[in-house]
Amino acid sequence: MSLLVALAIAATVAAGVYLALSRDLFRCVVGLAVLGSAVNLLVFAAGRLGPLAPPIVEPGALSLATTAANPLPQALVLTAIVIGFALLCFALVLGALIARRTGVEDTDRLRATEPEADDPVKPPVLD
Amino acid sequence: MLVLAPLLVPLTTAILAALLYRHAGAQRAISLAGGLALLACTGLLVLEVEQAGRLSVAVGSWPPPYGIELVADRLGALMALVAAVLGVVTLLQQWSSADPAPDSPGLHPLLHGLLAAVGAAFLTADLFNLYVWLELMLIAALGLLVQGGEPRHLEAAFKYFALNMLGTVLLLASVALLYGATGQLNFTALSAAAAGPQAAALPVYVALLTLAFLVKAAAFPLFAWLPATYHTLPAPLLALFGGLLTKVGVYAVLRLLGEVLTGSPPVLYDALGWLAVLTMVTGVLGAAYHWDLRRILAFHIVSQIGYLLLGIAFASAAGAAATVFFTVHNMLAKTALFLIAGIVWRLAGHYDLRRIGGLYDARPGLAVLFLLAAFALVGLPPLSGFWAKLLLLQEGFAQREYVWVAVTLGVSLLTLYSMAKIWLEAFWKPHPAHADLGARVSGLAPAYAAAATLVALSLTLGLAPEPFIRYSEAAVAAFARAGGPAP
Repeated sequence: MSLLVALAIAATVAAGVYLALSRDLFRCVVGLAVLGSAVNLLVFAAGRLGPLAPPIVEPGALSLATTAANPLPQALVLTAIVIGFALLCFALVLGALIARRTGVEDTDRLRATEPEADDPVKPPVLD
Repeated sequence: MLVLAPLLVPLTTAILAALLYRHAGAQRAISLAGGLALLACTGLLVLEVEQAGRLSVAVGSWPPPYGIELVADRLGALMALVAAVLGVVTLLQQWSSADPAPDSPGLHPLLHGLLAAVGAAFLTADLFNLYVWLELMLIAALGLLVQGGEPRHLEAAFKYFALNMLGTVLLLASVALLYGATGQLNFTALSAAAAGPQAAALPVYVALLTLAFLVKAAAFPLFAWLPATYHTLPAPLLALFGGLLTKVGVYAVLRLLGEVLTGSPPVLYDALGWLAVLTMVTGVLGAAYHWDLRRILAFHIVSQIGYLLLGIAFASAAGAAATVFFTVHNMLAKTALFLIAGIVWRLAGHYDLRRIGGLYDARPGLAVLFLLAAFALVGLPPLSGFWAKLLLLQEGFAQREYVWVAVTLGVSLLTLYSMAKIWLEAFWKPHPAHADLGARVSGLAPAYAAAATLVALSLTLGLAPEPFIRYSEAAVAAFARAGGPAP
């Protein structure tokens, strides 16, 4: 079970990194979103998989016994999903705006903030 | 309740400002009032913490380690106070004609949202909660970055998003792994769990966590997002970002490596030290290449982050105290320089040093302000940077890290070169377009007041360093008692 989940997370991370390294604006955003989802799975798995005993902390103990199911990662994942979703929406709108206003979807050609130098020694003058 | 003030005051201000989105004047008044209230509350908090030592609030009365705990100790309260100071001077300059951000309904709510996230990040004692505040900081910062709405702003926001998102993913992954290994998220409980019998892979998780914070702090080799984006911001926001945001990353590293996960192997601190040295060198070299005031100062942020990290890498109480003192000095001096850059833009008409000049003749007062802030950054005695660097170097000599000490001194020299370049080009040489700089410029008084306040604070820090150094030492002495590095 754990091995299967680990392999699934690894595959998702690989897909996310592959997409995020793309020069295409939208592939990059989607890649980062996939990477975020993979990490959400990791948070979920960090609370251990399998045990089904009710999550009740024994008197005197500070953390759950390892035989109990752990509900905390679910709360954590929920928070992380909300944040990730907000960032993804923002990035998609941002990408669409960039594509529309500049006509560029290749991240290598996004050089408005850091124009290429035409002088061998000195940087170009910015606005 | 005072512990919650650095979070609740800006949050309330943000909500009120958002509700008043149709009334620009009322929004600005609420915003400034909120900033001043935050300053007053954090000032009281520092005094209270000085009396009580450590104030803590368990949110929702869930006792730690189950609930989220907000703690104000000397370090957290001090950082919250400095953040409030920076917030107020930013709002002051926004009120002036020195390159203010365009008045949009979203500006003030986002600005206070940013202050709330930063304040809460300084006070939280819960690892996952820290992640949430860092994310809110990222979201507010992205909102502020796109305020201009031009292609360069959008592009900068995209670069900021993509690279910070990698940091976020790393951060969340390492929080999950640490939680999986220890079963704790509360700092105190995490510290105890990490000190006990532990998973063999724990140092790897700590390294991953440190790496994630280093992305947020803009350390070598993960700083590319900072110089690519900061110069697209208008001066007041640039001052706030430059003074505040990266320091939250440094604070997180200090808190985690200095107080919570002190059992980390020495190789981790060594690696941090070399990264710090490389951060200093690459940052200062980038600054030496550039001619745009904003870009020069942005690269100097990176360079100074190296100094801050070096203090943590010494893994000693003296090193941590040096980092605390250096952080406060740097937040004040750096923000002052950005504010002065905004005034220079207003007076001389450009940020590029090749297009401006003649300011020494026209505005000797501004020249003095710049010199004081620049020399504080370089570290000339008796200004605040001198004591910060002295503390760092003393600890470097005590630990016989001569290579680090040598690089630190060399980088200071290059910082002086950069500042001298600004001085020669912007202040001494005549204006290239022979513009008349003597004319009265209206609306600069708030910007002058803001910059002069910061320079005065930096001067105070430099002329009477004793109480501040003692405070810094006391701030990390609490660390040592909590299982931190032995003095």
